[in-house]
Amino acid sequence: MYGLSNLCLLLVILVNFFALGSARLVACIRAVALQGAMLALLPVVSHGFSGHALMLSVSALILKGVFIPWLLLRAIREVRIRREVEPLIGYVPTLILGALLTAGAFIFADSLPLVDEHRGGLFIPTALATLFAGFLLLMTRRKAITQVLGYLMLENGIFIFAVLLSEALPLMVEGGVLLDLLVGVFVMGIVMHQINREFSTLNTERLSALKE
Amino acid sequence: MLGTLIIFPLLLTVVALVIPWYQGRSWLLPMAGGVHLLGSVWLWLEPPAAHGGWLGMDALSTLVLLVTSLLFFACSWYAVDYLSLRRDRGNRVMVPCLLVFLSAMTLAVTARHLGVMWFAVETTTIASAPLIYYNHNRLSIEATWKYLLICSVGIALAMLGILFIAYSALGGGIPVSLQLDSLLADGPTLVRPWLHAGFVFLLVGFGTKMGLAPLHTWKPDAYGEAPGMVGALLAGGLTSVAFLAILRGAQIMAAAGDLELARRPLLALGILSLVLAAICMVRQPDIKRILAYSSVEHMGILALGVGIGGLATFGALLHLINNALTKGCLFLSVGNIQRAYASKHLTEVRGAASTLPLSGGIFLAGFLAITGSPPFGPFLSEFTILRGIFGADQVGVGVTFLLFLAVIFIAMGKTVLGATLGESIEPEKQFRDRLLLVAPPLVMLLIVLILGLYIPPSLRELLQDAVLLLEKQP
Repeated sequence: MYGLSNLCLLLVILVNFFALGSARLVACIRAVALQGAMLALLPVVSHGFSGHALMLSVSALILKGVFIPWLLLRAIREVRIRREVEPLIGYVPTLILGALLTAGAFIFADSLPLVDEHRGGLFIPTALATLFAGFLLLMTRRKAITQVLGYLMLENGIFIFAVLLSEALPLMVEGGVLLDLLVGVFVMGIVMHQINREFSTLNTERLSALKE
Repeated sequence: MLGTLIIFPLLLTVVALVIPWYQGRSWLLPMAGGVHLLGSVWLWLEPPAAHGGWLGMDALSTLVLLVTSLLFFACSWYAVDYLSLRRDRGNRVMVPCLLVFLSAMTLAVTARHLGVMWFAVETTTIASAPLIYYNHNRLSIEATWKYLLICSVGIALAMLGILFIAYSALGGGIPVSLQLDSLLADGPTLVRPWLHAGFVFLLVGFGTKMGLAPLHTWKPDAYGEAPGMVGALLAGGLTSVAFLAILRGAQIMAAAGDLELARRPLLALGILSLVLAAICMVRQPDIKRILAYSSVEHMGILALGVGIGGLATFGALLHLINNALTKGCLFLSVGNIQRAYASKHLTEVRGAASTLPLSGGIFLAGFLAITGSPPFGPFLSEFTILRGIFGADQVGVGVTFLLFLAVIFIAMGKTVLGATLGESIEPEKQFRDRLLLVAPPLVMLLIVLILGLYIPPSLRELLQDAVLLLEKQP
């Protein structure tokens, strides 16, 4: 069981790098969908087939792995954009930064005062690395859609941490968290549509009229 | 009773989505506001017994519930006339979103489970985004996008903070629960490093929502572009709710015996907010953005008061009431001025007090109130905080506080006096003060005035209970 969850987590880290280095938006969305699906396996793999874990896995799979990516794919089909051009920092520097942050996450997780059973596991470093990667994506990209992807990766990192503590979060609360994520992305999708209609682009740098 | 307060607005949301009658839909708002206010007062007078569930009341939540409920009630009457003037934009989205917003705020205030509280606060973000986008133009899209993205990321960090607090319980070897009462009871066994990290993330996350500097960047845009009524609800209601969420974190820190450690970052962020707000308010030509910076300033004062503790905490909680009601009054009256002049820029808004005697006058009086002039409520609460600061021998903090309050008074005065007094530019649009657009801000102004002169003993008792809750050490 332990081996399987580690495999999932390693794949999650690989997806982080793929999303940081890819210019094609469709591929990026698919990658984040794959990441969501990998994460959805985690509760069952690490806690066994209990009702709680199963429900959490299924709802996470449907939302993070299928429904939200579908929403985003539909959004970019409507606005007809394919590529993220001219990120604020180039792809290679972003990848290098991502690698440094991931390494930092592993070193940092080692020095944390963890409970014995989590020591040496991949959960905490992966959670941190995914969180950092999401932040990096959020800050270095200009397209509104890539920023939403960054936000999703950030949430994914937090989700990994939440799986460790699933007994603290009752199912209803976790369901609520996922629901908020869904509605949030939905509203962001609507706003993206409006941005595109008004400005004929999804580049958020055009959103700069409000400044001091 | 508690459940009713949360579910009733949701029921009305369904009604609002179904009925095709424009005026009827607007009138649902005062209905929800009235029932909500009655229920909140009822809960104050007859508090339900604590039972360790997911919902419950204590002095802090009663205080914030009363304030948000009163503010919503006032705004809901204003909304009826406002929406009848805005038939071009409609109320099909506005009314349901406002009702969901009310319900989510109530849930966030009464939640006794950190996870439930988080869920409710995030719901308020989502429900208020369409409200900010109400005017459907380029500027409001930009404001909405910034608000949604920055607040969502901030709230995600708050979730991380909550998980860290749960982990601190796990490390302590006790059954992990995010129920507030059990966390408070188990305070001393929580593992310190995780608890401290958790508090910092909670502060950053909910601080973004509250608009503490340097996490306030969305605030001027959102408040500037949203309709005045929405600005009132965000600046008075939502910020108070987010502040309550931070206070919950401080309560847990206090239960673990680390209250001093929790106070330091609050104090630092408070002073920083005061300073940054003052800098941005100098030569600010936009009468709505200046209110947003004033909101940053007052969030700073709240954080600073709690950061000092003791008498200053009492002052900060009193200031929470005063700030919410005065901000409500200011945003509602500035909304009227903006309608009359079709602008909120100082170059086009002049002499509002003679064009719109009532709205202009209320705006001017509201400005005097918010900058701490006697005899209004904020003077009393800011003075109490100041006494607390000097009582705690923090002379440096006290002097900084006074200095920046003076800078803000002058900066804000220049803009507000320029807009209200002087030679009147006759606006093209014919807009006159109407009863429902003037009465709500006037009533709030009167309450603020009364609070400056006399605090009823029952309110004083509630405030003192709330302070005791915040300072309860093991």
